[in-house]
Amino acid sequence: MKKTFTYTALAAFFALGAAGQAHAVVKVGFMLPYSGTYAKLGEAIENGFKLYVQEQGGKLAGQEVEYFKVDDESNPSKGPENANRLVQRDQVDVLVGTVHSGVAMALAKAAKDSDTTLIIPNAGADAITGPLCSKNIFRSSFSNWQPGYAMGPVALDKGHKTAITISWNYAAGKESTDGFKESFEKGGGKVVKHLTLPFPNVEFQPLLTEIAATKPDAVYTFFAGGGAVKFVQDYYAAGLNKTIPLLGSGFLTDGTLEAQGESAQGLLTTLHYADGLNTERDNAFRESYSKNFPALPPDVYAVQGYDAAQLLAAGLKAVDGDVTKKDAMRDAMRDATIDSPRGTFKLSAAGNPVQDMYLREVQGTQNVNKGIAIKDLADPARGCKL
Amino acid sequence: MDPIIFLIQCLNAIQYGLLLFLVASGLTLIFGIMGIINLAHGSFYMIGAYMAFALQPLISQYAGESFVLTLLACVALAAILGYFLEWAFYSYLYHRDHLQQVLMTFGLILVFEELRSLLVGNDVHGVPIPAWLQGSISLADVMTYPIYRLFISVVCIIVAGLLYWVLTRTRLGMMIRAGASNREMINSLGIDINRLFRIVFAMGVALAALAGAIAAPVSSVYPGMGQSVLIICFVVVVIGGIGSIRGAFLAAMLVGFVDTFGQILFPAAAGVLVYLLMAAILLFKPEGLFKQG
Repeated sequence: MKKTFTYTALAAFFALGAAGQAHAVVKVGFMLPYSGTYAKLGEAIENGFKLYVQEQGGKLAGQEVEYFKVDDESNPSKGPENANRLVQRDQVDVLVGTVHSGVAMALAKAAKDSDTTLIIPNAGADAITGPLCSKNIFRSSFSNWQPGYAMGPVALDKGHKTAITISWNYAAGKESTDGFKESFEKGGGKVVKHLTLPFPNVEFQPLLTEIAATKPDAVYTFFAGGGAVKFVQDYYAAGLNKTIPLLGSGFLTDGTLEAQGESAQGLLTTLHYADGLNTERDNAFRESYSKNFPALPPDVYAVQGYDAAQLLAAGLKAVDGDVTKKDAMRDAMRDATIDSPRGTFKLSAAGNPVQDMYLREVQGTQNVNKGIAIKDLADPARGCKL
Repeated sequence: MDPIIFLIQCLNAIQYGLLLFLVASGLTLIFGIMGIINLAHGSFYMIGAYMAFALQPLISQYAGESFVLTLLACVALAAILGYFLEWAFYSYLYHRDHLQQVLMTFGLILVFEELRSLLVGNDVHGVPIPAWLQGSISLADVMTYPIYRLFISVVCIIVAGLLYWVLTRTRLGMMIRAGASNREMINSLGIDINRLFRIVFAMGVALAALAGAIAAPVSSVYPGMGQSVLIICFVVVVIGGIGSIRGAFLAAMLVGFVDTFGQILFPAAAGVLVYLLMAAILLFKPEGLFKQG
């Protein structure tokens, strides 16, 4: 009799202990690039995420948040291994990552296999909220299709009838230029040529010559980082900007304007965020971010990280901080209205933001807001069976 | 293809090939003459570019705006760095096998990348084109061609000529060539082979840094820029024949043309054409176009 009692007590103790542990903290695993080309983006995303948690008094829905970090090095081949470190070793409740689309695909698979909630704060691969979509996968950023699609009507509006698209020969470039082509041709325009070069080549001169020879009305392009700087400079140096306007996805001129200098002035791009939105929400965010991270100006990546935290908070609130109620939490996340610095948005059924796309013009080192190109643009989520 | 466009594309190809040659020439010197697989060669290219970025404001502050002076400073500093690296690291590698060479030089890549991140950060930076080279000439009203690109080509041709002259017509060149074919013999003839190799290595590093510095205004400087040139440089060196300056020149031109016209005529296969070219050449000439020397 006595023995039985002890065992029951022990069992009860352990059961309580386990439950108590699950309730004590929410474990958030950052899988972000902390080294390499995208290191700054990873940092901005983490800053944004932590800023929101801090604004809530360091807790989400009454839960302490504990952070785990893995540097994904933007290396897709290490993706599964790095994701498993967070899932298996650290037993995180929520995964947040990443920047590189290839790594994000690996991460999405790991999240699916282990039924862990995943919030993607940047990687725009269409497939993640397309064929790979899943109940536990959310995105606080964009799909590559979105900025591309938003530029089509803008180009038509300016009276352009023909266009050339140019990008690296990889998924992100193709998805972005396909988005542009879709809306541009729907409105009566014609993409006469799609030029590509292997990633990450930056010898653009032959293709620029090809553009000069074809003489389209406009050029739509997707490049990012160092490639974006060089492309814009080369385009300018070849004198093409005077006769054939260059249009681009916002990443062409985000975080690169200091290096692009004179050559980027006046460029038009589309993205889900812009400088000078001048809304109360955005101004408050920017002020708070600059105060906490004086070395880094607030940018689209910080916003995406910030909104990833908001998304998680919405889910946790619905289940009163109990992360073990996965389904209820995910349903709440999918239904949430996020009060983002970019403007409020909701998620599509596939988990991608349905958001306003801004038209921006480069002035100095700012991507100044020129109004909304397309309101509430939803990714078509082709291939998603949710 | 329109004949004018064709000519412009040829110009593009030549210009790209010349720049490739400048980077690859240093690699072929180090690889061919000293027998070291130097994976860190791309890092020297990156170091040159970042030096141009960092030194330009300093030099214009103290010595007035002078791009040539910046280039010379980059080359001099890189040569000193090369001389030091050879003494501190590379000199221990001559008698080791290739795996150890690859390991150490790969380690150097990581060290240089991390140093770059610590010293300059991870931003992309632009380097201004000097005022006297800023204009552009218009080519048959189709497009304009920046004068700076032509300037790069001219510098590359001058360097190629100088290098060829040094290796074939001077006493230093004779010693280098002799040292490459028989190390022990030249040592027993009373020539300090260690010092000789140190000079060759310093030259190789300086050439890579010059290429980086001179390309910086058109390519801008960014993290990982070294790796992108490394592989194509190895292709050039292997096609040209390891250790041959003449071969490297010809191979760089070939790669320039294949890459340029491949991108336009066979865009889908553009990524592999250069490697197909390499495979085809190695099939018929396993030692590259020119043998060492």
